[in-house]
Amino acid sequence: MEIPVVELAGVKKSFGPVDVLKGIDLKVFAGKVTALVGDNGAGKSTLIKGLSGVQPYDEGEVRFNGELVNIQNPLEASDLGIEVVYQDLALCENLDIVQNMFLGHEVLKTGTLHESEMELQATKALQSLSVRTVKSVRQKVSSLSGGQRQTVAIARSVLREAKLVILDEPTAALGVAQTEQVLNLVRRLADNGVGVIIISHNLGDVFRVADNIAVLYLGRLVAQLEAKDTDNAEVVAYITGLKSTDTSAITVEGAI
Amino acid sequence: MSNQVTSLASGHEGSFGDQVRAYLLRLRGGEMGSLPAIGATLVLAGIFAALSPYFLTDLNFTNLFVQAAELTMLSAALVFVILLGEIDLAAGVTAGVAAAVFIVLIKSGSWPWFPALIAAFATGILVGWVIGMIVAKIGVPSFVVTLAFFLGFQGMQLVLLGEGGVYRVETPEILAIMNSNIPDWGGWLMIVLAAAGTFLFGIWDRARRAGTGLVNRPISILFIKVAAILVLGGGAVLVMNQNRSQGVIPISGVPIVVPISIIVLVIFTLLLDRTKFGRHLYAVGGNPEAARRAGIKVARVRIWAFIICSFLAVASGIFHASRIQSVDGSAGHSIVLNGVAAAVVGGVSLFGGRGRLSHAAIGAIVITMIDNGLGLLQMPAGVNFLITGGVLLLAATLDALARRRSGGSIARS
Repeated sequence: MEIPVVELAGVKKSFGPVDVLKGIDLKVFAGKVTALVGDNGAGKSTLIKGLSGVQPYDEGEVRFNGELVNIQNPLEASDLGIEVVYQDLALCENLDIVQNMFLGHEVLKTGTLHESEMELQATKALQSLSVRTVKSVRQKVSSLSGGQRQTVAIARSVLREAKLVILDEPTAALGVAQTEQVLNLVRRLADNGVGVIIISHNLGDVFRVADNIAVLYLGRLVAQLEAKDTDNAEVVAYITGLKSTDTSAITVEGAI
Repeated sequence: MSNQVTSLASGHEGSFGDQVRAYLLRLRGGEMGSLPAIGATLVLAGIFAALSPYFLTDLNFTNLFVQAAELTMLSAALVFVILLGEIDLAAGVTAGVAAAVFIVLIKSGSWPWFPALIAAFATGILVGWVIGMIVAKIGVPSFVVTLAFFLGFQGMQLVLLGEGGVYRVETPEILAIMNSNIPDWGGWLMIVLAAAGTFLFGIWDRARRAGTGLVNRPISILFIKVAAILVLGGGAVLVMNQNRSQGVIPISGVPIVVPISIIVLVIFTLLLDRTKFGRHLYAVGGNPEAARRAGIKVARVRIWAFIICSFLAVASGIFHASRIQSVDGSAGHSIVLNGVAAAVVGGVSLFGGRGRLSHAAIGAIVITMIDNGLGLLQMPAGVNFLITGGVLLLAATLDALARRRSGGSIARS
């Protein structure tokens, strides 16, 4: 069987007396888009923060490409190849696209910034995602639309050769056409062999792009379903807690 | 992957005409840089030239640069913290304290001038480090921290120099900065070096881009830049090389402070434009959270910005001591606000993340020109303050409008 790019087993996290994650088992495969859905407070963000090293888990095992890892801070996550595209994007508006994509990872030559190399690599990363909506790679981010910014943020993870890209609500603030563009981008990212986790409240988007849907309900993973085997109504039932299965059975079912 | 590298544009494509159109588009988008300040310089020069027969004389033209030097250096210092959206109200008094350290070491400590000068700059570095640590590590707003230093250091100056203490500066090397000129040929050499340096840097950049397989802008743009330096710089040197003496002994040549200032500005501009530190400084100024998530050590960048600010402020203080040929307890008290004004007038954004050292220099010329011109017209000091304040208000308003226009908030299409 294929080894998942990320496998969580019995992951727990609590803040004081509040148990936010009560033992999560989750598998994410390379080349697949796994959607993480659930109502507010279900624990989606906490699950993601643990993977990205922002808030390490209290208990449980994390395997990255089969290897047991212990992610304690964002740098370790980044070194493994885990990149997060945050909802608020984390771009510097006063810098251009190339500068943003290489921020913190600048290419140097004789001690100075190697602008042309960075420009070339950024262009290639955008091209690998078939991005055509950007006028110039030297445009300032302040002049970009929401969808274009999302594009830059996603392309940045391509540039870092991420193995796992986590997208937090990438379409939340976008119009119809731009949502379409971003979802295509997410699909292409997975088709390039990257494991993708996408958090979304919009089930329409989820069914458009995801191969696999993991549902969180009050800190438990209540279902991990193949997108083609389920429908909107079933997922909503899991999200709202109307339907539930034994979690141990789900991981088996969710395995591809 | 496609091997056609250029399917996405980089802004370097197209003919000279395309480049000009793209530039105009950026201007309309609110990226005006120092253009309003350059416009203001020309308008002010026109007004003062029309009203005063002395304004356009060789002597006054040269004086303008000497008078602007202190403010230019202080304003350039402040750019480093303003780029972070911070402020250093203590920059002026830091310069004053460093100058006091310098003169006291020479007079009371009998130090040679050069180690004393090093000690003055070390004082600046130390002060910048302390301010930076308090701002970046503890999180006290820079406005308050530097206000406290501003108040405290006025006392420090008095303690170092004694109540009402005034020390004459007698070091010829320091006095020469503001009061002596380089030989006529030195001025010409300076312009030739500036033009050649610009040309070689441009060629080097083009070679790097070409080596990577990227398009270059039309080379005519580089030629225009070099020609502009030769014509404008050459014109300025020509004027400064005239005999501007009103007495018997002829005085001519570019004041020594001019090449010193240009070299400092070039070095620190390269630091901002071409190093990792510079890039990170702009990033922290634009969005500290984004910078932090990108792995940039935000606190360290902030501390270095305050260190550089204080360091350059000391240079401004030494210029001041050289010009007035003495050090007293009131040095640097009022200049700091003009320094902030010069940076903003020149096009540095108080919101952080946008601005260049050249902007500070142009802003300093505008502020100095107002002072100089109104002085020649024998206007009362009140008018000077009113006009300087008005220009600053106008510049800050332009800054805010430009920011709105260039999409300070997320513009969705």
